[in-house]
Amino acid sequence: MAKAKFETPELSEFVDVPNIEEGAMAHTTCFVAKPEHQEPLGFPGEKVDDWHDRAIEKMGDLLSRYRSFRVYLDSCVKCGSCTDKCHYFLGTKDPKNMPVGRQDLLRKVYRRYFTFAGKYFPKLVGAADLTEEVLDDWYSYFHQCSQCRRCSVFCPYGIDTAEISMAAREIMAQVGVGQKYCNEIIAKVFKIGNNLGLPGPALADTLEGLEEDVYDEDEVAVKYPLDVKGADILLVTPSADFFAEPHVDGLIGYGKVFHEAGVSWTLSTTASEAANFGMFIGSYENMRRISLRVREAALELGVKRIVFGECGHAWRVAYSFLNTLAGPFDFLDPDYPVPQHICEFTWNEIQQGTLELDKSENDDKTLTFHDSCNVARATRMGDTPGGQFDIPRNVIKAVCNNFYDMEWDTIHERTFCCGGGGGLLTDDLMEIRVKGALPRMTALQNVMNEKGVTHMAAICAICKSQFTKVLPYYGMDMYQIVSVHQLVSDAIVLNRKTPPEEAPGYGEDDDD
Amino acid sequence: MAIEANGKVFETDEEGYLVTLADWEPVVAEEMAKEDDLELTDEHWDIINFLREYYEEYQIAPAVRVLTKAVGKKLGKEKGNSKYLYGLFPYGPGKQACRFAGLPKPTGCI
Repeated sequence: MAKAKFETPELSEFVDVPNIEEGAMAHTTCFVAKPEHQEPLGFPGEKVDDWHDRAIEKMGDLLSRYRSFRVYLDSCVKCGSCTDKCHYFLGTKDPKNMPVGRQDLLRKVYRRYFTFAGKYFPKLVGAADLTEEVLDDWYSYFHQCSQCRRCSVFCPYGIDTAEISMAAREIMAQVGVGQKYCNEIIAKVFKIGNNLGLPGPALADTLEGLEEDVYDEDEVAVKYPLDVKGADILLVTPSADFFAEPHVDGLIGYGKVFHEAGVSWTLSTTASEAANFGMFIGSYENMRRISLRVREAALELGVKRIVFGECGHAWRVAYSFLNTLAGPFDFLDPDYPVPQHICEFTWNEIQQGTLELDKSENDDKTLTFHDSCNVARATRMGDTPGGQFDIPRNVIKAVCNNFYDMEWDTIHERTFCCGGGGGLLTDDLMEIRVKGALPRMTALQNVMNEKGVTHMAAICAICKSQFTKVLPYYGMDMYQIVSVHQLVSDAIVLNRKTPPEEAPGYGEDDDD
Repeated sequence: MAIEANGKVFETDEEGYLVTLADWEPVVAEEMAKEDDLELTDEHWDIINFLREYYEEYQIAPAVRVLTKAVGKKLGKEKGNSKYLYGLFPYGPGKQACRFAGLPKPTGCI
């Protein structure tokens, strides 16, 4: 296994805008998808012979489908506002990681083939042919963008680099040059039902284990139901919640909240994944196909409501696109938002007073909160503007006595990406992941030094895994990252006692 | 890529995982550990063997919590946590231990 062959940036009090180093990250690339990862998604197995013509054709198709794409490519005036806003530029010094530099990789080809000036006077307008070298550059640098959209907040025209990255990835996948990490995962969703490839029996075994754990600790039979027809709520959560830490501690928390709220809920084997990597690769067709599983599960189980667990980009797909991708959801209860975020659900219960919370259970920690990009900049929660910022913080403050925010220009809509979003959470991209975490690590270290913060909570599976891996590179502890509902889980008092016959394993021979 | 041992060639993928699960032999784990500068002890083998048994039954690596619980039951509660597992497999029980055990790489947001 390849060892780290790069230097972790040093933390200081501020992230200075670095002097540029041309080509500093040109060596970075990630594994290309194999035919078995490409074909189930409807893409050619490997790079096609007429890749050049097909790429241009696909670009034309995207230009005709998305007006925004053309506007973004046409409207940049090179004002420079975005240049120091990308965490990957700040961490790597590579000018192609400036948002405008990244956009220009695609823009120059667009100009050459789709604008009058570029067709006839290419040199005058920075237009360039699509060559092998350009394609290689695309593959490298469009996989150094986490589609976090921080740059778009600062662009006076609102140019969204994420959409340009998505388009570039879609074009590449269509000519047979897809990314292994994302496409292997999407193929697993189609085949098995989730990103991990966790089959039904393993899922059932894992959930049974959680019921035992909670019962051992609290002597209350909190259920983690699977495929229960007629339940009121379908919970769709990232499969990392079943598998990894600290994710699973959050899942335990969701179950306790549902238990105390007295609602019936269920998970689904077929929709055992909230994540939708179809968005990362810019493929509307794949994003739609993944989303439809949620609809099918909701119909099959006859639920009245859909709640999403802690997953950043899933919430974007759910909040912003689900209705057009997989709607209409007129079969659900119109008294509730479709879909609802788990934080919104928990906050409502807290406000109604249905949950008894003992904040002192979290007194061993001082918390801060990392806004996940997709939640912060592409969605909302609740019915007031900024709810996506306030509701998770309200939940944390309801279960913890000690909470401090990081610096104002690193949170809310200005939040910095964890460094691993947008399909970059793979070992072959470790260098860019570590370097891209620099701004967030800097803000975290500052709030640790100034306020004594010990832990950072997040509501995104990718953020949690990324920080678990990256914190040690910066001399911090992997256990400093926690799930928001892990904090809820620790503080919640389970008052709805259960009869002994509901206990896990009741009536079975116990030979322990 | 491949690992050569016992006069055989074990094919691995670009990320160092065994291509064919059925090809696995203990020597594969030992060779992979050597490349990672680790020496396998009985404690490592307990984990590797459990991973293989679990995979046999469920066709997937166990979740971290399933693994820590099994370890806790077998080796005592103080060892039933992920810190113990990371102590054995610094690159993570999910990825490094699975690789040694010949299992496919767990994928997803982990």
